[in-house]
Amino acid sequence: MNGIKEVNIPMEAMNEKVIEKLKRKYPDAVLKANEFRDELTIIIPKERIVEVCRFMKEDDELAFDFLADLCGIDMDTSENRFGVIYNLYSLKNKHRIRLKTFAEEEHPKVPTVTGIWGTANWHEREAYDMFGIIFEGHPDLRRMYMPEEFEYHPLRKEFPLMGIPGSLDLPKK
Amino acid sequence: MNQKPETITRKTKILEALENEHTSVSFNDPLESEMILNMGPQHPATHGVLRLLLKLDGETVLATVPELGYLHRGYEKLAENCTYHEFIPHTDRLDYLCPLSNNTAYVLAVEKLAGIECPPRAQYIRVLISELARISSHLVFLGSVAIEIGALTVWMWSFREREKLYDIFERIAGARFTTSYTRIGGVAQDITDETIAMIKTFIDEFPAELLQCEKLFNTNPIFIGRLDGVGLITREQAVDLGLTGPSLRACGVEHDLRHANPYLVYNEMDFNIPVYKDGDALARYYVRMNEMRESRKIVQQVLSKMPVGEIHTLCPKKVLPHKKRIYTKMEELIHDFMIVNFGIQQPVGEIYHAVESSKGELGFYIYSKGDGQPWRMKIRSPSFVNLQLLPLMMKGAMISDVVVIIGSLDPVMGEADK
Repeated sequence: MNGIKEVNIPMEAMNEKVIEKLKRKYPDAVLKANEFRDELTIIIPKERIVEVCRFMKEDDELAFDFLADLCGIDMDTSENRFGVIYNLYSLKNKHRIRLKTFAEEEHPKVPTVTGIWGTANWHEREAYDMFGIIFEGHPDLRRMYMPEEFEYHPLRKEFPLMGIPGSLDLPKK
Repeated sequence: MNQKPETITRKTKILEALENEHTSVSFNDPLESEMILNMGPQHPATHGVLRLLLKLDGETVLATVPELGYLHRGYEKLAENCTYHEFIPHTDRLDYLCPLSNNTAYVLAVEKLAGIECPPRAQYIRVLISELARISSHLVFLGSVAIEIGALTVWMWSFREREKLYDIFERIAGARFTTSYTRIGGVAQDITDETIAMIKTFIDEFPAELLQCEKLFNTNPIFIGRLDGVGLITREQAVDLGLTGPSLRACGVEHDLRHANPYLVYNEMDFNIPVYKDGDALARYYVRMNEMRESRKIVQQVLSKMPVGEIHTLCPKKVLPHKKRIYTKMEELIHDFMIVNFGIQQPVGEIYHAVESSKGELGFYIYSKGDGQPWRMKIRSPSFVNLQLLPLMMKGAMISDVVVIIGSLDPVMGEADK
């Protein structure tokens, strides 16, 4: 593995490099990019997310080989309501970036990235459970936490904090 | 009408998953020795409420499907309805074997969003408590692996050491288990000299006690035989499936966030990252044993370097004022009222901050719309992601290895189920 004494590229330079490489390779895939507290967030259209992710992982210089986290988000807007957030980490460069993609409110569908990082499997199941986002091509899209009879998606903003009475069956005597 | 009840005829989805093409292998079975075994959620070796469905051929595990959610309390939903301060006690209940490092991880994420940093003394205190929490968590690992293979003595000894640590935590935070010790911009209270003396006594005696445990294990043929070559994973599988923490370092990947992306004052500390290449349960045991020694080294350095000074940063709009000043000063009273009732005013933005907890990468992703509560908070819990490797590790293992494999991953279900 990389020694600890290896000189790290400064964070800003690395962020610039990522965005530059990505723009050169996929000029139409970068919808928006912004930096906050040295963290780069890039918004990608959902049709392109798989190829962008594959490029991020397989490019030798970027080498984002580690998917640290994947989660859904409910923006509560009429357009592009649901989002999926990919927090990537590069073991080689010790650098983090974030990709983001959005899906519409009715039948939100996003292609799966389980073919790129195996760890996305359970993260996507969790996002499906919590937000109802369908990950197309997922090998085993079941609920992660809630019982399989449960009809709602609890992290959606319209779901009340106290829960919905009667939504979970109590054990029969 | 004699309609059959639906629950009997319907195949549950979890059973379907066990039998579908991705998770199972099919072969001709003339003896019909295949069976499906349900393990947990109420099982002492599952470290809480993990449920496993095992498909067995005789004593060999063919396929495993873990089922989570028996301890799901909806912390991410709760976080959206709590102010940033109100959520601190909830972080105790994530990984309840090292609450102090969860407290630290959470406030570091919130501080990163707020753009503030705590004063040097508080930073040293946070490193100190994180490392003590790591030792206490690894002691539980040692004890539970011991008891799962039937070695009661080491379980007793490691829990005795952990008891000493809990006495220290009680002095530091006022509670043994649910510490809630850190605050945004600092820590709840300063560490007294008496507590420091207690910590010094503990770390002076600790190596000898650890050596006693190792003497019983490291040359013990039964112990080695039960752990050697069990739950094998390769480096590539581990990185692909997002394994972090000691289990990743047992596969030959030298990745530790304390070194890779140093937070707090870890860049001033001199310590090694234990790395083993075998990727089996025995390697995971060795990594954790060595990590306890490294943590002890860090604690020693913190105690010798710790500066005196403030433990709260000066930022009245974001940091809770001292109680004494709330009762005597008007300005502080107003700030306290605003922070407690409406929360601290965070900027609009999103951050992800991760620390190396005893189980792996514990990260918090916070999306803020500028309110007193986060719009969305995702907890990246290491136990949840690490458990994803169970089916891979279990394939082809014997049924007696199942408890060893779970024990060597050291999951905490409070964290995995959130």
